[in-house]
Amino acid sequence: MREVAVVSSAVYQVEALTFTTDVQLMVPLINEARSAVGLTQADIGFTCSGSSDFLAGQGFSFVQTLDAVGAFPPISESHVEMDGAFALYEAWVKLQVGEVDTALVYSYGKSSPGSRRDVLAVQLDPYTVAPLWPDAHAVAALQARLLLESGAVSAEGLAEIAVRSQHHAVGNPNALRASAGATVAGVLSEPVVADPLRPSDIAAESDGGCVVVLAAGDRARSLCERPAWIRGIDHRIDAHALGVRDLTRAPSAALAAEKAGARDDRLDLAELHGPTTSQEHILTTEMGLGADTVVNPSGGALAADTLMAAGLVRIAEAARRISAGGADRALAHATSGPCLQQNLVCVMEGE
Amino acid sequence: MTDQDVTGLPPLRADLVIEYPFIRTTGPVVGAFLTGLREAVLVGIRRADGTVMVPPVEYDPVTSEPLSEVVEVSSTGTIVSWTWVDPPRPGSPWDTPHGLALVLLDGADTPLLHGVLVDSPDQVATGLRVEAVWKSERVGHITDLVGFAPVARDTLEGS
Repeated sequence: MREVAVVSSAVYQVEALTFTTDVQLMVPLINEARSAVGLTQADIGFTCSGSSDFLAGQGFSFVQTLDAVGAFPPISESHVEMDGAFALYEAWVKLQVGEVDTALVYSYGKSSPGSRRDVLAVQLDPYTVAPLWPDAHAVAALQARLLLESGAVSAEGLAEIAVRSQHHAVGNPNALRASAGATVAGVLSEPVVADPLRPSDIAAESDGGCVVVLAAGDRARSLCERPAWIRGIDHRIDAHALGVRDLTRAPSAALAAEKAGARDDRLDLAELHGPTTSQEHILTTEMGLGADTVVNPSGGALAADTLMAAGLVRIAEAARRISAGGADRALAHATSGPCLQQNLVCVMEGE
Repeated sequence: MTDQDVTGLPPLRADLVIEYPFIRTTGPVVGAFLTGLREAVLVGIRRADGTVMVPPVEYDPVTSEPLSEVVEVSSTGTIVSWTWVDPPRPGSPWDTPHGLALVLLDGADTPLLHGVLVDSPDQVATGLRVEAVWKSERVGHITDLVGFAPVARDTLEGS
């Protein structure tokens, strides 16, 4: 297996990008990530992005955003209609093939013009579920109640996850929901908005984008003092229909973690993409994360959840901490689909 | 802008009508479910291990084998999880606050997602027995099922 590392990243998340186009959002971010390692687009072997036509409101919307990359002279480029973490997986595969040594990965989402919780209903079964327009909060609430009533976690346990996220997010300039004074009692006093979920149980919706630069072998060492080496990366999928799987579990997350080698050594930190506290609890359990692993030092997706980018942001956050020397081994996770249907796990290490 | 270019000829024009000019058949599995709805009957599909999935899916989610044995299940079942939707969501078939639940129908082994027709969240609970409420005019669509209502108390006592 070829050694591939994250050598640079850039993240920007805000509540709403009202007067900013996707291109205007991505130009400074892409420039920041490339220039941090002294690269121009001519030095990039492969470019891969993740975004959603549903959010942009038109087909092949990613083609326009290539203007932010600089696609002339022609570049080798691809796109996934998924979170950027899955675009990173494609770039990692491309680097494994060995024809290129560097890759630019980016993703972005601007969901604020519409109602994200309702738009997400269209990812459900088109005949038996989507016509009922169950919104994303309601679907997550059905899962959360199953989890609570199974006894796997208490309402206090979920509130503790929300509080930890708000505390950690205080130092994160890209976090929308951060509070050094958050308490379990305070969270539990919030009225339920999607019974049994409270506002703090549900991720703060953000607009934004993320860019990651990958490089292989000695090229990575020449670009970055301490690259975050991808030691394992894997993604797995559970059944799509909500009724046919145990919603209190995420077997695909456990399998992806195992295949990525998450349990092969201790993990200093884990950045999990859990859009609700209940989903973060399921992920923590499925991946077997222990007390010696700091979960979501950035605040995680609960603090700012940019559709199509929140997973890539997890990889960027984990890699940044490795490169800064604050961690030796970290796990980053991305999810897609309803109720943690699809899961990607990326395990990174410093040298 | 002008319609005349340097050649002096008008540019070519073509009207564009955005449409979806084909019909997708729903097939023998999803089609059976939708046909059942039109008849006010709920059906599922049997897996190799004997369990029944409602709504039916075309392939076994674990073994991936194709499935074909359509079986009728009861229109009465039990709530296994629920939430409360207030206000009702735009585009949904409900125009008042309502429950949303996973309902395990009698004879089925997997739950169906649909609405619960009660006035307040106090009237919904896990374990509640509910029965299907149908539209009088049905067309073979999931909204032929208006939702589920609590089974009348005398029926409960009789069961």
